[in-house]
Amino acid sequence: METTKLPPTSPSSPTTGFSVPSAEKVDGFPRRSMRRARQRRSHSSSQFRYQSSQVELTPLPLLKDAPVAELHDLFCKKLQQCCVLFDFLDCVADLKGKEIKRAALNELVESVATSRGVLIEPLYPEAIKMISVNIFRTLPPSENPEFDPEEDEPTLEASWPHLQLVYEFFLRFLESPDFQPSMAKRYVDQKFVLQLLELFDSEDPREREYLKTILHRVYGKLLGLRAYIRKQINNIFLRFIYETEHFNGVAELLEILGSIINGFALPLKSEHKQFLVRVLIPLHTAKSLSIFHAQLAYCVVQFMEKDSTVTEYIIRGLLKYWPKTCTQKEVMFLGEIEEILDVIEPSQFIRVQESLFKQIAACISSPHFQVAERALYFWNNEYILSLIEENCQVILPLVFATLYRVSKEHWNQTIVSLIYNVLKTFMEMNSKLFDDLTASYKVERQKELKRECERAELWRGLEEQQERRLQILGEASRNQKNLQERGEPPQPSSTQTAFPEQPNPELSGASSNT
Amino acid sequence: MAGADGDDSLYPIAVLIDELRNEDVQLRLNSIKKLSTIALALGVERTRTELLPFLTDTIYDEDEVLLALAEQLGNFTMLVGGPEYVHCLLPPLESLATVEETVVRDKAVESLRKISQEHSPVDLEVHFEPLVKRLASGDWFTSRTSACGLFSVCYPRVSSTVKAEIRQHFRTLCSDDTPMVRRAAASKLGEFAKVLELDYVKSDIISLFTALASDEQDSVRLLAVEACVSIASLLPQEDLETLVMPTLRQAAEDKSWRVRYMVADKFSELQKAVGPEITKNDLVPAFQNLLKDCEAEVRSAAAKKVKEFCENLPEDSRETIIMTHILSCVKELVSDTSQHVKSALASVIMGLSTILGKDNTVEHLLPLFLAQLKDECPEVRLNIISNLDCVNEVIGIRQLSQSLLPAIVELAEDAKWRVRLAIIEYMPLLAGQLGVEFFDEKLNTLCMAWLIDHVYAIREAATCNLMKLVEKFGAEWAQNTIVPKVLGMANDPNYLHRMTTLFCINSLSEACGQDITTKHMLPVVLKMSNDQVANVRFNVAKSLQKIGPVLDSNALQTEVKPVLEKLATDTDMDVKYFAQEAIRVLALA
Repeated sequence: METTKLPPTSPSSPTTGFSVPSAEKVDGFPRRSMRRARQRRSHSSSQFRYQSSQVELTPLPLLKDAPVAELHDLFCKKLQQCCVLFDFLDCVADLKGKEIKRAALNELVESVATSRGVLIEPLYPEAIKMISVNIFRTLPPSENPEFDPEEDEPTLEASWPHLQLVYEFFLRFLESPDFQPSMAKRYVDQKFVLQLLELFDSEDPREREYLKTILHRVYGKLLGLRAYIRKQINNIFLRFIYETEHFNGVAELLEILGSIINGFALPLKSEHKQFLVRVLIPLHTAKSLSIFHAQLAYCVVQFMEKDSTVTEYIIRGLLKYWPKTCTQKEVMFLGEIEEILDVIEPSQFIRVQESLFKQIAACISSPHFQVAERALYFWNNEYILSLIEENCQVILPLVFATLYRVSKEHWNQTIVSLIYNVLKTFMEMNSKLFDDLTASYKVERQKELKRECERAELWRGLEEQQERRLQILGEASRNQKNLQERGEPPQPSSTQTAFPEQPNPELSGASSNT
Repeated sequence: MAGADGDDSLYPIAVLIDELRNEDVQLRLNSIKKLSTIALALGVERTRTELLPFLTDTIYDEDEVLLALAEQLGNFTMLVGGPEYVHCLLPPLESLATVEETVVRDKAVESLRKISQEHSPVDLEVHFEPLVKRLASGDWFTSRTSACGLFSVCYPRVSSTVKAEIRQHFRTLCSDDTPMVRRAAASKLGEFAKVLELDYVKSDIISLFTALASDEQDSVRLLAVEACVSIASLLPQEDLETLVMPTLRQAAEDKSWRVRYMVADKFSELQKAVGPEITKNDLVPAFQNLLKDCEAEVRSAAAKKVKEFCENLPEDSRETIIMTHILSCVKELVSDTSQHVKSALASVIMGLSTILGKDNTVEHLLPLFLAQLKDECPEVRLNIISNLDCVNEVIGIRQLSQSLLPAIVELAEDAKWRVRLAIIEYMPLLAGQLGVEFFDEKLNTLCMAWLIDHVYAIREAATCNLMKLVEKFGAEWAQNTIVPKVLGMANDPNYLHRMTTLFCINSLSEACGQDITTKHMLPVVLKMSNDQVANVRFNVAKSLQKIGPVLDSNALQTEVKPVLEKLATDTDMDVKYFAQEAIRVLALA
């Protein structure tokens, strides 16, 4: 558990090469022109201003000079000193105090990192208190309400010079050979972890990077908190997917989860499967998928490698959430499908091949050439090709009509030539089937057209019928009204209020006799 | 096909269900959207016994399809045989209320709320309430979230035993393990409180409200603020202090800005709900704090409420409170570091003048208006200018005109065309308040300059502006001041400017009347029919069509007709088209 096995940090997505100009660049009147020029790039949370009165700091003796007997006492005093917060938006305020705190933090970091025997029990509450006071804060509102993590520069935390050292201290504290989980768990409790998780929404990537490593260590060392951490991450994700669509730390949390999934015991618990199906798969629907897609795909593939029986859930889930309009996301989905197919068990492949290749056929006929191209690249993958070959009888009929049609119609020459290659491959795989399909292509097309006509006819009939019924019912209710107005008792069948649309059984029965 | 021969009772359900099962999502969606047609074709009985079970079983589909289904089922009562059978709709809606996708779930809940009203009290207890209970104790958070929205619709119509159960379920959900459910419960707390008996509001709701308002997640706490409005308006005045105020005070000082923002955002509603006494003692200091909050978001939400808050203060102490407590905060906000705060304030600050009267306005508010008119941010200046009418009523606009002019001129020449557009839109209003003399002297040149702006949207708005000015100042003014300038542009070397002349004529002819149109505008238009640019020529045709109704028949026959006939034989296709169109519309053929 010691080695941080984290997935590679986002390999450049296949689209970055020729990124499509966003609407912004095409639009001659960018909405951004209405935004003010942002003068300040850093932002501070409001916690500082909630501190009642500012304490004047005086420098303490250096830890390394302290006699052993006084070391712990001095360490404790330094921790307390570091609980004082400073205003970093005013960069000249209390420079002396800031410097004293910085030096003290540096010393604390060095002391925990290098010397043994410093971390004794009474220091735990003091250390955790110092960390809590400094890092736990309500994150400030984003400077830019339309913050787009892909396009815009993040707002950086103003108090980072201190905050970084506090995080560094926390990390060294957790990694220290003297660290005793049994003592720490009294202070690093559920409430603490919840606040820690909330900080992952920070816009500052440096802060999220520290949080990621720290949470990973906490998960590794404090076994009692594991289930709780997983549950809270679930809640964050579910809120992100279904409520806010905004959370800055999704990629970091997924990175941690990637290594957590790696360590799951077999057979998978239903809790973990539920997490896959109800959280990880729906995460694909997010608008900002591109920011965390690499990490997400890694988690998904981890699950498959653990237990191949989840393959079907995964593929069906992806097909359910397949992007309808966003081609950039479609390319990402295709990339993920290829990653999945790379490690799929042939027995699992057979279970999903039909629905999967219907979707792939749909992608091949996409007018967006990157989508079509990405789908056709599957035929360059040797393992996928071998799977296709084994199941040629099923797959070829699914994709043949599309390949045939698109090869004649697509506007992009690259796509046309890729399709010719694919057709050629199929011809070599099973020339008999290929010839049969070519021969029956026209007949099938005609059948399809006929079915369409029949459907149109059916609906036309249904709608005419609806018209007629509504008319009859309308007349019926008018007659009934007339009867009532003449003071005659209403019909027994019409005790309910006369509604023009009311498909009264009696009346519809009557209408069928017309 | 059965439908073709007119016998419409014979649609086999299999054919219809096949449509609902079509492989193509789009076709499936189309079929679901016409579900009522299908149900009508099947008749009520088969809809109940065959169609609904099918729909209940095949709930796993694309969210888009499920959304359409959830919506349809809310209007299905008559199609299953009326209120007597409405409970048949519950099973499919129950499944839909448990799906993950929020929009589907919300729509299912909406439909359930709708059909709950069509249940008889007995059916409500036998069929509907058990469904609510099942949802409330579901395993996955989605069903519990949905349950939150259903308590209030069935509570008023069930027996007291069932009522007690419902209250118990709601209580459980308020302390649910997942924040999603607590948020759903918190957002329905106010609505639920409204249907509860007052005693239970005091005993049950208050404790839930207090608990939710101190939840560990700020997303839950802020929803409690919304509930606070409803709860406070339900309670008698004497209970507010002990039952609601401690929580509200705490919310106004919450450590999360989101909660404080919510308080600021709901301030007027809160003020009305707690009444004048508490407002004076508690809300005034709270409002001051919000105006001085350290987060700009909170300050700007509070700044937006300044006028409304002051208006709703008790009359006897209104002026004193504003002068001693609010005004100083407002003064600080005028030079706030955030432009959003300043612009929020600028959009309401003028409203204070009617409340404070002439003397206070001149002494205290006027300097603030003037400062905001000079603000570096155009939005602030625009907001002030757009609300000039409030001040005009109290002290007249003259007091401001000295500062107004530079501000207007600067906005009129702003580099951003949207800013220029915004100021043009206020021109008619300004002209009305400043009077014709001031306008001719200072603003006329600006209005004419916009006609040759390089952005089309500005030229278009400038044209429209001229029309409004003519409506205000009359035809004679038009003839003397703007018509000569507009017509002069007909000789401009730039064809875009020549077209602007035509556009102006289009919109001015009616306001100027027959005389000016015939004597001054028509000759220019006719002359432009010889323009070398085809765009100008076809716009001549369009203009003639437009001003035709203003002209007398003599002018039409002798002057317009020959020109249009000539244009109808133009070499350019578009010129021909529009000339023929004009001949047709003006009936000159």
